[in-house]
Amino acid sequence: MVVGLLGRKVGMTQIYDETGKVIPVTVIQAGPCHVLQLKDEQRDGYEAVQLGYMDIPRRRAIRSRRGHVAKLDSKRQRNRSTAGVEPTAKAGCEPQRYVRELRGPANGFKVGQELKVDVFAEIKSVDVVGTSKGRGTAGAMKRHNFHGQRASHGVKKCHRHLGGTGCSASPGRLFKGRRMAGHYGNARCTARNLKVVQIDVENNLLVVRGAVPGPNGGFVMIRETNKV
Amino acid sequence: MSQELLNKVEQTCLKEEVPYFEIGDTVDVHCRILEGEKERIQVFTGVVIARSGSGTREMFSVRRIVQGQGVERKFPLHSPRIAKVEVKRAGETRRAKLYYLRDRVGKAVRLKERRIDKDKREALAAKAKKN
Repeated sequence: MVVGLLGRKVGMTQIYDETGKVIPVTVIQAGPCHVLQLKDEQRDGYEAVQLGYMDIPRRRAIRSRRGHVAKLDSKRQRNRSTAGVEPTAKAGCEPQRYVRELRGPANGFKVGQELKVDVFAEIKSVDVVGTSKGRGTAGAMKRHNFHGQRASHGVKKCHRHLGGTGCSASPGRLFKGRRMAGHYGNARCTARNLKVVQIDVENNLLVVRGAVPGPNGGFVMIRETNKV
Repeated sequence: MSQELLNKVEQTCLKEEVPYFEIGDTVDVHCRILEGEKERIQVFTGVVIARSGSGTREMFSVRRIVQGQGVERKFPLHSPRIAKVEVKRAGETRRAKLYYLRDRVGKAVRLKERRIDKDKREALAAKAKKN
């Protein structure tokens, strides 16, 4: 059975442990999540649990989102039911804003079930998946931690330059994968093996040690770590 | 909203009874120090010259002169390693940060004593605790 939740990053702070050491922590508002769908080997080719987080008003949700969580009447639906096709199970909750799948065996889950942060009660560390902060077009120093060039000693107008990029007439081209300036950030990013420090079921809060990708308020997926 | 949630997490490790002192007070800071297996208490005496930060990050700076050399230590107010803070003498100040003491030597370092009778002081401490 997979263990995971969806949530939002609240922010970072620091707390003291019992020996008086300061721990830098990230607070995540995790869950409650609804189980929207179960994927299985036979029908979908893989096993997964689909979770949804955060209600959106029905009037704001597009039809496909509304139809994903509740039965909607449609011509196709009627045709299928007259043909005797069993309709798929729906969660029966409000339309969800953030929907993600957790890969792994889905036994033990039921569509429509509500998951709370206490699923992490016996978990020591987690992986947190989020979208990193976008930096736009960034130079090679920021993007790849290049050293740039010197501030003086004849360096002219290329203090943050990436330096040489390849050879000369042979091969006469750049090799693929050469690290250069370009778009940086705003990509899926995983912080692995973060220790669970605190769980607050009442306020749906999960407190993990260390930093988590993305801005405060960004959506994240939390799952049991796969790091040994 | 998010700040409220952060406060809730910080609340779990704040001290219930925050030691009461003011800027300019001469204090004894009792810190727990681990030496191998043994724990002992070390006392640092000096004048509180600043308080900064909020929540779990609240710190206070204490300055004293050791062998003619100014020494400053910054303590986290809510750390469990700070056993207690005892006020030895109340000083009269007109600022929140007493960094000007760093430029002074000898007799000029002294602060005028603030006279507060004991009852009033306890009332103030109780009020600060409520906040």
